[in-house]
Amino acid sequence: MKKRVVVTGLGIAAPNGVGIPDFLKSIELGKSGIEHYSKLAELNFSCQIGGIPHISEEKKRTYFTDLELRAFNSSGILYGVVAGMEAVQNAKIKIHKDEPLWDMGIVFGTGTSGVEKFREAIYKLDEGKVRRLGSTTVAQTMASGISAYLGGKIGAGNKVTTNSSACATGTEAILMGYEHIASGNATMMLCGSCSDDGPYLWGGFDAMKVTTFKHNDTPEQASRPMSETASGFVPGSGAGAVVLESLESAQARGAIIYGEVLGGQVNSGGQRQGGSMTAPNSIAVQRCVKEALENAKVNGSEIDYINGHLTATIKDPVEIENWCAALGRSGKDFPYINSLKSMIGHGLAASGSMEVVSAILQLHHGFVFPNINCEDIHPEIAQLIDSEQIPIRKIDVPLKTIVKASFGFGDVNACIIFRKILT
Amino acid sequence: MTQDDIYTQLKDIIKIYLPEDVSVDKITLESHLINELNINSSHLVDVVLDVEDAFDIEIKDQELEEMDTVKTAIAIIEKKLNN
Repeated sequence: MKKRVVVTGLGIAAPNGVGIPDFLKSIELGKSGIEHYSKLAELNFSCQIGGIPHISEEKKRTYFTDLELRAFNSSGILYGVVAGMEAVQNAKIKIHKDEPLWDMGIVFGTGTSGVEKFREAIYKLDEGKVRRLGSTTVAQTMASGISAYLGGKIGAGNKVTTNSSACATGTEAILMGYEHIASGNATMMLCGSCSDDGPYLWGGFDAMKVTTFKHNDTPEQASRPMSETASGFVPGSGAGAVVLESLESAQARGAIIYGEVLGGQVNSGGQRQGGSMTAPNSIAVQRCVKEALENAKVNGSEIDYINGHLTATIKDPVEIENWCAALGRSGKDFPYINSLKSMIGHGLAASGSMEVVSAILQLHHGFVFPNINCEDIHPEIAQLIDSEQIPIRKIDVPLKTIVKASFGFGDVNACIIFRKILT
Repeated sequence: MTQDDIYTQLKDIIKIYLPEDVSVDKITLESHLINELNINSSHLVDVVLDVEDAFDIEIKDQELEEMDTVKTAIAIIEKKLNN
């Protein structure tokens, strides 16, 4: 018998809000976190805007010691720790000084770690000063740096690991944690993902011309998922985190239950049938959603809300087409759908987890946040679904069953389904 | 620079690396950096980098190995400064 798994803690460091209270306010209002960064202009980027969380010195010092902050230069780890520790505190988990929490594990993903730190190290190395790298270059630049930092702060004694599957990383991390608890291997899992910010991470995307160059003077209008005038994504960064827990443990502790993870699926299109390194195989996307529904024992007709991947590239209409096919729904019958990327851009490896946090907040509080920059719905999308289902203003509505999907480079997909638990 | 000056400056460097439960008062000339002051051994290389910057000297691998107590650290620094 699989154990039932619920969400009991949330944490976030997003470009439009650090900490759940601020973030919740921002998504209710449709507040953009996209800004112009002169550094990108100086470096001749086509896209000179981005989404970066604002972490105060005070917040930094809440979670890091002075010693840890010496020579610290890994923005992804900073965001991951801020979000991860908030989720643990939000779940009211007691951290012990002596013994590890043997039944608590971590799956916290990232795409790459500490690119700024790595750059710093490379300059020193090339000057022949390898001995000047200090003791924390490894911890800050290893992929699993984030799960290692969090593991020590929490004292997690179960599985502590980092996953990586491009822009599907965050959603996949939560599914990995879910499976670990469902199969009885842990009681609690801190799951999420983080991503560095800045030119050294975003440069490759700029070179691919997949980011927008049309809104350097109008950053808040730049990220336009599902819009006819979408012109590429806006690079973002940050971290999202959830604490997953077995239902029995959550009930025994009297924890706040934000929702239940009903199940999900992770797959790949194999870079076949139109799929490639950078484009999803639509057949695989549809299979991923359909199999997620099967695993969750949910019918497509039960879905009230979709938290889309929807990056604001030319692929958005294809994603909508895939949702229609996978759920067997269209027109007025289509669920509500929105994209957090309209406010914070594409958080890359952090996108899935930040978006899951936004989805669970909507499930818990009963609303659908506004899609900003989507007054001009793409005509191909308007043909598939009714425009009422793409709210441009906040809608207060009870949600029961919701779905979130993420798609990543390498033709990988992840889809997860949550349901509100009535208590 | 007198031994006392070196000691004062060295203390300022070392205190950053002390674990939360070890106070600055615990630092004496005889203190063993790892065994008594509980400095994480991986941080010794950082202490050495700070020392190098503060005194404008370079400490070799061999000398790093010998730097186990506050006293030996001062002796090494003093020797470098006099060279």
